[in-house]
Formats: sequence, C-alpha cells, structure tokens
Amino acid sequence: MTATDQPILEIDDLSISFFTRDGEIPAVMNFSARVMPGQALGLVGESGCGKSTVALGVMQDLGTNGRVTGGAIRFRGRDLTQMTPKELRAIRGSEIAMIYQEPMASLNPAMRIEQQLIEVPMIHEGLGRAEARARALELVGDVRLPDPERILRAYPHQLSGGQQQRIVIAMALMSKPALLILDEPTTALDVTVEAAVIDLLRELGTKYGTSMLFISHNLGLVLETCDQICVMYSGEAVERGQIADVFDKMRHPYTQALFRSIPLPGANKESRPLVPIPGNFPLPHERPPGCNFGPRCDYFAEGRCDASKIAMDRVPDEALHESRCLRWDEIDWDAPPQTAVHKPKTEIGEVVLEVRDLQKYYEVSSGALGGGAARVVKANESLSFVAHESETLAIVGESGCGKSTLAKVLMGLEVATRGGVAMAGQEIADTPIQSRGTKTIADLQMIFQNPFDTLNPSMTIGRQIIRALEIFGVGRTGAERRERMLELLDLVKLPRAFAARKPRQLSGGQKQRVGIARAFAGDARIVIADEPVSALDVSVQAAVSDLLMDIQREKKTTLLFISHDLSIVRYLADRVLVMYLGHVVEIGTTEQIFAPPYHPYTEALLSAVPIADTSIKKKHIVLEGEVPSAMDPPPGCPFQTRCRWKSKVPGNRCETELPPLRTLATGHQSLCWLDEAERAVMEPVIQTAAP
Amino acid sequence: MLRFIAGRLATMLLTALCLTLVVFFLTNLAPSLERVAKTQIGARVSDAEVESWLNRNGYGGPMLARYGEWLGVMPGWTSAAEDGGLAAGRCLGDTAAEAGAPRYCGVLQGDWGTSTVFRDEVATIIARSLALTGKLMLWVLVVMVPGALVIGVLSGMREGSRTDRGLSTLSILSTATPEYVSGVVFIAVFASSAVGLRWFNGSATSAMEQATFTNFTLPVMTIALYGMGYIARMTRASMAEVMTSQYIRTARLKGVSFRALVLRHALRNALIAPFTVIMLQIPWILNGVVIVETLFNYKGFGWTLVQAASNNDIELLLGVSVVSVIVVLLTQLISDLGYVYLNPRIRIS
Repeated sequence: MTATDQPILEIDDLSISFFTRDGEIPAVMNFSARVMPGQALGLVGESGCGKSTVALGVMQDLGTNGRVTGGAIRFRGRDLTQMTPKELRAIRGSEIAMIYQEPMASLNPAMRIEQQLIEVPMIHEGLGRAEARARALELVGDVRLPDPERILRAYPHQLSGGQQQRIVIAMALMSKPALLILDEPTTALDVTVEAAVIDLLRELGTKYGTSMLFISHNLGLVLETCDQICVMYSGEAVERGQIADVFDKMRHPYTQALFRSIPLPGANKESRPLVPIPGNFPLPHERPPGCNFGPRCDYFAEGRCDASKIAMDRVPDEALHESRCLRWDEIDWDAPPQTAVHKPKTEIGEVVLEVRDLQKYYEVSSGALGGGAARVVKANESLSFVAHESETLAIVGESGCGKSTLAKVLMGLEVATRGGVAMAGQEIADTPIQSRGTKTIADLQMIFQNPFDTLNPSMTIGRQIIRALEIFGVGRTGAERRERMLELLDLVKLPRAFAARKPRQLSGGQKQRVGIARAFAGDARIVIADEPVSALDVSVQAAVSDLLMDIQREKKTTLLFISHDLSIVRYLADRVLVMYLGHVVEIGTTEQIFAPPYHPYTEALLSAVPIADTSIKKKHIVLEGEVPSAMDPPPGCPFQTRCRWKSKVPGNRCETELPPLRTLATGHQSLCWLDEAERAVMEPVIQTAAP
Repeated sequence: MLRFIAGRLATMLLTALCLTLVVFFLTNLAPSLERVAKTQIGARVSDAEVESWLNRNGYGGPMLARYGEWLGVMPGWTSAAEDGGLAAGRCLGDTAAEAGAPRYCGVLQGDWGTSTVFRDEVATIIARSLALTGKLMLWVLVVMVPGALVIGVLSGMREGSRTDRGLSTLSILSTATPEYVSGVVFIAVFASSAVGLRWFNGSATSAMEQATFTNFTLPVMTIALYGMGYIARMTRASMAEVMTSQYIRTARLKGVSFRALVLRHALRNALIAPFTVIMLQIPWILNGVVIVETLFNYKGFGWTLVQAASNNDIELLLGVSVVSVIVVLLTQLISDLGYVYLNPRIRIS
C-alpha cells in the first residue's frame, strides 16, 4: 500500500486542448490538484469551465480531438499521460472508476445488469463467472437495492433512474478502485433520490476507503461530500483549499460572486436579493488578457488585472488554500454586496385563478405493441387551490408527482377529467387550447424549462416575438408590433439589436429571456413557469429569476412557479404548494411551509436539499424505496409507503383512509392524519448554528 | 403477442386481396383478353371468333363475378356444348364433363387455376419456381448479410479511419451499380472470351438441377453485391453512432478491450437498425431476382413472373402476386419479432 502522505492522484500543471478545424481550443490550462487517500476533492464551476475535461483527462479518454498539451497526471506516482493503451486499460475500471451524469445513457441497453457488473472483475482480476456473480450480488446489496437477484437479471430500462445510478455506482466499485471520479452523479436525479445516493456514496467511500474526485455545479452537494474544493472558471482553477476555508473565507472574487448568486436560506427577494454575475462566460477563443474573470469582476483594476497571466498564490495561515487573484489580500471580503437594493414588497391582489377538485386521468395501453388491457394513470387527484394577482405560487414536487400534468390542464393542452378551473371567473377546464379565445390564451402563458428547444432555430428573435404578437392580436400594423417587440426586449433587458439575431447566437440565459418576452407579449395575467431556471447555470439563474420578479412587480402578474428546487422556491415564492403522487399534500405561505409543523413529505424534501452554507445544520432524513406508480397508487394516504411518521398515527388509518386536507393555520393546509400533539413535537429541518 | 401476429396476418390477407383485384382488373381489360384469345387460337381470327372463344372459355361474365370465381366465392363458370350438356367449365378439368364436379373451385378451395402459357397447374408451377428461387435467395442471403455486417462493423468501429474510407467507397460503388449493369459486366469479365477469364458459367440453367460454384456464383454475386453495399452503409452508420454513445465510454473506462467492446457491447445495439433494413431488403432481392433470373436464364420465380406477364397469363400472374405479398409481409413479421428480440426495451410482455 501507498504511504498515507503520498497523494493518490496528483495533477500537475495540466493543460488540455481540443484541436478542431478552427485550430487549437484550450479547454484546461495549468490545472493542478491532488487527491489524498480516502479523501474527496470537489471540482466546481459552471458549464464549459473544463471540469469534465479534467475528469476525462485523468481517464485519458479525450477522444480523437483532445490532447494533453502540457503537465502530468500522476496516479500513485505513475504518469497516466505516458502510459500505453494496454497499461491504461489495466488501470481503468480496476484502480480508477468513473460514475456518470446520465445513468440511463451510461448503461448498455441491450445487456443485462449482471453481465455489465461481472465483466469488471472478470477482466481485471481474472475471476470466474460464479465468483464475479457472488461479488456482484454483494455489491448490489451494498448499494441498498432490494431483491438483488431480480435486479441482476433485469435490463437497465426496467429500473428507475435512482436504481440505475446505484447500479453504476456498484459497477464502479466492483474491483474496489482506489479512485472514483464522479461527474455530476446526481444532476439527473430528483432531490430525495439525490440525497439517498449521496448518503450511499459517503458510506461506501468510508467502507472501501476510496478517494473521490467529485465534479459538480452544486456547491451544497460538494459541501456535503468533499474534504477539499477546487473552483474552476474558464479552464483554470481559480481557488483551491479545504472546504471550510473556501466556503467561509473565500479569497477569489468569482467564488464570492458564485455564493452570492445562489439562494441560501438567508436570502430574500425583497431585503437580500441575489446578486447575479454580470456579463457572460467567455468562450475559449475570446478569453481576455490577464485574469479570465476580469471583465465580470467587481474588483477589477485596469492595468493590473489585465496585464499578464495570473498565477496561483498561496493564502498564508491556511493549509492548501490558494487563489488565482492578484488583489486577494487587498479586498475586504466581509463587506456586504454593493448592489443590494431594497425592493418594495408587492401587494397581493384578488383571486385570479381558482382550481376546484381538478382531476386528470390518462388511459394507456400496457402492451408494447398495442393491445393489452387499458390502464389508468392517475396523474392528478382532486387538486384545489387559488392564486392571486401579483402572487408567486410555487408548485413543488418530484418527477411523477403530476405538476406538469397540472400545467398542461391549465394551459388547455389536456382537458380535465373532472373538476373546474376558473380564470378571473371564466371556466376553462373543459376548453382545449384550440377552442380558447385569443384573450384567454394571451392571458395564460407559459415559460418552458428548456430554452434551447423552445425557440425556432431558423427564425430571428424579433420575428418570433412579432409572431406571438400577431397571434395575440396585439397592434394593428407591422410597425406597431415592431415597436411593441422592441419594448418587450427592453422589458427582459436584452439589447434591441438582438431582434435581428438567430437563437444559436444567444446564450442559455438570453434564450430564456426571449422565452419570457414571448410569454408576456400579450400582457399575460397568469404565467406558468415550468422549471424556468433549472437548465441554466447558477450565476444566470439569479439574473433570470430576478427578471421574473421585476416583471411581476411591474405587471402584477400571477406566477405559477413549478420547480423541484426548494432553495429557489424559498427565495422567490409567496406561497408554496407541495405535490406528491397527484395530490396536494401541503399548501401554505412560504414561511409556513419552511417551518414546522411540516407534512412528512415536505420534511423529507427539505432535508434532501443540499445547502451551500457551513453554518447550517440539517436534520438527516432519507426516504427509502421508490415513488409508487401512478397507475397503482397505494390505498389510504399517498405517502404512507415511505412515511417515517406513520407509526405515530393510531391504528392503520394511514393505510386505509385518505387523510383530509386539514387546515393547520390560516392558509396552511396539510394532507395528513397526524394530530396536533404529534405535529407540535416536529423540529425544524434546517437550523442555523449559533455563530 | 398472439393478437399482434393475428393482426399482421389479417393485414397480409387484406393486402393480397387488394393487390389481386388490381392485377385481375389490369389483366382482364379487353385488349389483354383479346391477346390471350389470339395466343390460344391463332393471330388471324376475326373479332367475332375471339368473342365466342372468350365466352366459351369463361372470360365472358362481368369482371367482379369472375374475380369471385377465382377466389372461390362464386360458382365456377360452365359453358354448354352443342348437344346441350356441359362442354367445359372452370371446375371440370380438361376432359369432358364429369358428374359430381364441385360448384366452387377457387383459391379458397385450394385450386389456383391453370396457366395458359405453360399448360400446367398454377400451384405446381409456383411451387417449382419458388423452390428454385428459394435456393438462389438462400445463397444470396448467406453471402450478403454476413458480408455486409462485417464490412459495416469494420468501417463503423473506427469512423474516419483508412479502413472505413476504403470500405465505404466500395459499399457506395456496389450500391450504385444496378443488377442489370453488374450482371452484364460480370458475364463479360468472368464468363466470356472478351477478357478471357472463363472462371464461371454465364448461364445458370444447369444450377437448377445441381448448383455448383461455377454455375451459381455469378447470379448470387450479382444480387448480393447490390444489397450488400446498402446494408453495409446502414450498419456502418449505426455502428458509428453506437461507438460514440455513453455506454460504450462506460465500457471503455471499465477497461474492456477494444475487441470485446465491439463484439460484446456495441454489436447487438448496432444491429438493431440494420436488421430492419436487411428484412426490408428481401422484397428488393425478389426484385433483383426478376432481372437476374432472366439474365442468367434460371427458371425461378422471377423468370416465371416475366413469362406470365408478357403472355397475360391471368391466373399465373394472380398466383404470383399472392405469393409475393405473403413473402414480403412474412419477412416484415419476422423482422418485427426479431427487432423485439434484439431490443429488450420493446420486448412484448
């Protein structure tokens, strides 16, 4: 074994470039890092910063275009960049293993789980089939999958996303590697599943003594899993150090800006708004001279920061803490953000949307090639709520909870099975969108999750907005509409020159602004925002959500904000509606939802969200099992199969009777059998430790 | 599963019904019938004689009724002899009137009728020629499918390599050359004195009795090469796509060797798309068979079709159409079932 003071992985001054027809594109420059035995290094940064390239560089799998142009990657003292393909093959899978972002895509769809697992020790350790199978069985048990025998015989598509990721983890651990590289391992998963997977990874890391290189854009996750952190920006490491040092005593402006742009529990849209990072991420061929972050930095000093390349500098008194900033010791790091302005709280107005007992069932046929008995998917079961003018109502829940179906019924893309929806007194539940009037359609608009797919790639931005204006019947002449289109661009804070651009010339955040402009083209009264920021980078998320809030203030719009991200919900919602398996399980003001008494599901959700703040203490609740199928929901309470409070309810009431939506306080309702005495003993999930 | 197969069989019947109706209509247009009569009784006959011959031989009634007779849902035609008895009839056979002959005798009763060109039972002719073509197609598939898959996989597993470019060029060349060109070129090069390489026979007539390397290679290669390039292109595209997929990266980073990567991880996924193409190629092979059998004088199904069509042999043509529909749709059924086998995600359960 290696001595404990020798690093498992040592990346030294690594540079990686991709060679394309347009020439060399440097993706990673002068990157250094080291992972000690049994420790975890977190690599954070926004998309395009080069963190995945570093991971693939360690694996020496850069494709035909990528090449290491300088530096060394030493694994247990041996330089990986100098190895022959055969030597690399011997190391991959046995000593260094990797876990990927998309579990479904990284498992072979045509091979049984068993074959994919047993292959690893059979290649590397020459184990026989039976021995390898025994090891696979043990590991499938280790990653806490029920019924390992059945799982081994299954094909990947027969498992849920969380189960697939557990299989990928088991596969990575099959040969007990010394180093595990995790590339956004939970980004594609729901929060409660993510919490369970992270929990598992930490436990297995301790059990097998595996070192980890953990790549993520989520600072909260890194805080929960890693010992050290390295922040990357535009191909360079900008700050590096122990988790606690970097989180509490950051010494690089980018790290600070990143933390200020994510919604931490203290943030508030009126008094302590998020601070977006100005400007855009530089593309590799347009990196500025000197500091890459210079043009977006509040502390930029002309003539110094853009003079020459900046090297990493040690921060004294703290072990391993380094920053790539010339001015780190001149900046007052404790000063509050300058741009913080108090924004007036909006007045909540009249009820504009009323949903009564809304139910939506789908019929699906179960046979793969048609045929088979028709089965019913119970997507929404008797939803009732109201939304007011200039209010933000967040709809929260994990995939499969029915929140997207609700949006579709409201939009008229689907017709409700039962129940009613009234918009400003007008009944719309039974009217599909084709038979809705122009005014109704213009009043109720939607902002979509993925700005990359929702704009027509062959039409200019201006044309697309004008098209929406034409459909909504705004303006009488082309000139009037054009004028209105330019005003809309002003509204979403895009330069007017963008009217002539095509979508591909825009960044993700800019595209989402166009989506917002289009939704507001007909002065929408209600806007359904379906995860509007989840596809965007953190620094852009802040800017887009602030924009939405500003427009809401100005236009008194009702915003239905569908999201799975409770941090952003806490930051910008006035009221929150929590959904589980087609039911509203809890509804109330944001303060009521985020404080006890909770609904047991809300409690688990809150505990699952990673928070990037070292002073926060969180209660640890891990949900076992899977979300039941909406085709075959459990009897009684929908959450009873996973509820940790079930034993507190006398009898088997939870399993037999659907609880009533009980009013706990004014405006606060919860779908639960727990009585007042039990609710009173609930503790807050998130607590700020005394400073 | 059974429902699915039953549905497919129903489609097959319906298609066969529609197709035969069209063929029946076209072959029973007045000029076509006149041609039949003239081939039977001589070219220099008057219109009246043609008319009476047609009436006597059951071509007189309304078209739909005669289609019904062929199907076996209408009673077969009869014509009276001069003495008042039955002289001839659809169900009576060649000789004189027989008592106790069935009233219905169509396809449904298993009677496919008689060929006017070969003066034989249609069923016998089709069975014989189908067996011969079956032999040809079998060898075509044996050469074409493995060849195409190997070429496709070899060029797709390292996209852009020299092997890939070389094999791709060959594939495109072979697909771009239709059978009637490649057949003639092959005969000229390998079977005539023009080049002097007299390796193979230019005629495949003797292969009907006993196929040998010498007399069967050229017809098999002519059909196989055309389809081979096409399937190889599909396999290459599919393989190249699979090789860039994430699960191949997973396998590579597990330490799987390149050989095992291709054979164990990529191959099955890469075969899903070409499998459909291969099955779709079978009707095309039938198409090629028509040209190649005529070119090499091999008296199989395609040759029979050409003979029947050029002589307006109504019942033989109808029989050939039905059999073609069955062959085409049956291969599609096999292709769907095989697809389900290859791709576990759409397995029928």
